[in-house]
Amino acid sequence: MDLGRVQQLDEYRWTVPLAPGETRAPVLLYGSAPLLASMDDKVLEQAVNVAKLPGLVKASMTMPDAHWGYGFPIGGVAAFDPAAGGIVSAGGVGFDISCGVRCLRSDLSLTDIAPHLELLANALFHAIPAGVGEEGRLKLAPAQIDEVLADGAHWALRHGYGVPEDLDYVEENGRMAGAVPANVSELAKKRQRGEMGTLGSGNHYLEVQVVDRIHDAETAAAFGLREGQILVSIHCGSRGLGHQIGTEYLVTLAKAASRLGIALPDRELACAPIRSPEGQQYLGAMNAGINVALANRQILAHLTREVFARVLPGSRLETLFDVSHNTCKPERHRVDGRDALLYVHRKGATRAFGPGHPSLPERYRAVGQPVIIGGSMGTGSYVLAGTAESEQEAFSSASHGAGRAMSRHQALKQWRGRELIDELAGRGILIRTASLRGAAEEAPGAYKDVDLVAEATERAGLARRVAFLRPKVCVKG
Amino acid sequence: MNAQPPAYFEHEADIGIIGRGTSVEAAFEAAAYAMFAIMTEPATIRANQSVHLDFEENDVELALVTWLNGLLAEARGQGLVFGRFRLRRDGACWHGEAWGEPWRTDLERGTEVKGATLTMLSVRERDGLWEARCVVDV
Repeated sequence: MDLGRVQQLDEYRWTVPLAPGETRAPVLLYGSAPLLASMDDKVLEQAVNVAKLPGLVKASMTMPDAHWGYGFPIGGVAAFDPAAGGIVSAGGVGFDISCGVRCLRSDLSLTDIAPHLELLANALFHAIPAGVGEEGRLKLAPAQIDEVLADGAHWALRHGYGVPEDLDYVEENGRMAGAVPANVSELAKKRQRGEMGTLGSGNHYLEVQVVDRIHDAETAAAFGLREGQILVSIHCGSRGLGHQIGTEYLVTLAKAASRLGIALPDRELACAPIRSPEGQQYLGAMNAGINVALANRQILAHLTREVFARVLPGSRLETLFDVSHNTCKPERHRVDGRDALLYVHRKGATRAFGPGHPSLPERYRAVGQPVIIGGSMGTGSYVLAGTAESEQEAFSSASHGAGRAMSRHQALKQWRGRELIDELAGRGILIRTASLRGAAEEAPGAYKDVDLVAEATERAGLARRVAFLRPKVCVKG
Repeated sequence: MNAQPPAYFEHEADIGIIGRGTSVEAAFEAAAYAMFAIMTEPATIRANQSVHLDFEENDVELALVTWLNGLLAEARGQGLVFGRFRLRRDGACWHGEAWGEPWRTDLERGTEVKGATLTMLSVRERDGLWEARCVVDV
């Protein structure tokens, strides 16, 4: 990004000055100068486009891991006020509705699993359906899909996947309110028939990680984390059903926006007023898509536990937390001294409620919501905690990943999958993947420096670092 | 069978696909080939099964997205992967067909395409050559 086009507010906050005659809401970019400089100019263009949408509150924001997306930037946060004609945008949510991370905390140490690492990696790769064209063992009838759409992770629990305590540590307690299965097409439901309990491909992964470093001892204790401890993170979303909802409503809302006279700077920002029939219809479908993602991660967590129980009998995996990205959720926030119900889009961004928030489980209420920044398969990930400051800054939002630094096409020119996997194995990181091409596209060097992203997230007041996790096994699609 | 290698343009997080041909239909067929080439090597796919895909769309750019997303939905709904495409246009009515087979263990696995987006979407004709392009989410 050309830093000459932005104005620095402080070390980690930037804005975009209005051009002469330009009318739009402010833009607020979070990140350090090196991080912003590494972003594509398209991030700026897309953030400015979002600032032109009706009913936007405060500013169009980007997190420190922002990169060029479609319509909204990935790492974009935008809150809309329904009382002010605010909109909901299918492009602002994305195709992979409620893509997110389920993080499981084990009672194991690295020394416990080190002798079994190869076996564990192979067993996980065998048990977790991953990659393009792969289906899960679970095949659902249309009526069962409707139940998943309505009940989310609760459906999975009722069918033997997981334990009741899991749901205390899942956003929305595992079931998103406002889901309307009837607003989801038959085609979308058909696409999901064999995809429950599958990981997908691209940047999705299941990773066995070790807590390498504690940054905040008090919060780490509240999260049940200690150095040397083994965690498992599962990154995936709503699979084919979510993709189909996004696909269909993108066109529907693009046409609705045109009919309703909403000027779209980019057609991908396809949207409708929250209070319009089209907006309500999309919200009902999207909420149902969120439930599919929550159920999917619940099933994958169960499959992971089965593998650990076989390879490391007696081990325990508890849900640390389950965070969603790619959502638009109704939330109450303080704006200009008043309490307002806003619809907060987080596209490639994580909700990060601060200490005391009533929706947090009792165990974390004093320290804030766990936030997970997933890094690349060769570097590491961070666990952070939401802050009170984040509520003031970005509607309690934080970064979600390292963010890509180069395109997949460029990555393919630079790395070979087999060589990369061998190199990582030499560093003690076991990769199991169905796609050598996919591994090359996901090369650690294709991502930004996760340390810089996590540091900027903390310094900007969006969330504070709690622990750094180093990968030991990574299952990729 | 598509005679040209699949063509792409750069996008930071996802992938831009390009289809070129001497008609809008041929350009759309080439775009479909480029999209499936992200997921596997389409030249290795056997044309054992076919699906029909008919739709109505006045807007030629939205027609590209509808065509590509329709193919993805058919492929995922039936557990197939496609390597050959044919499309015919009759005004706002589009009649498509795709040939492929169920996923085999020996097919190369690339990256799953979630959907075709409206980003950098364009369908243009210059000097008798049509070019269709958009970003696909992976």
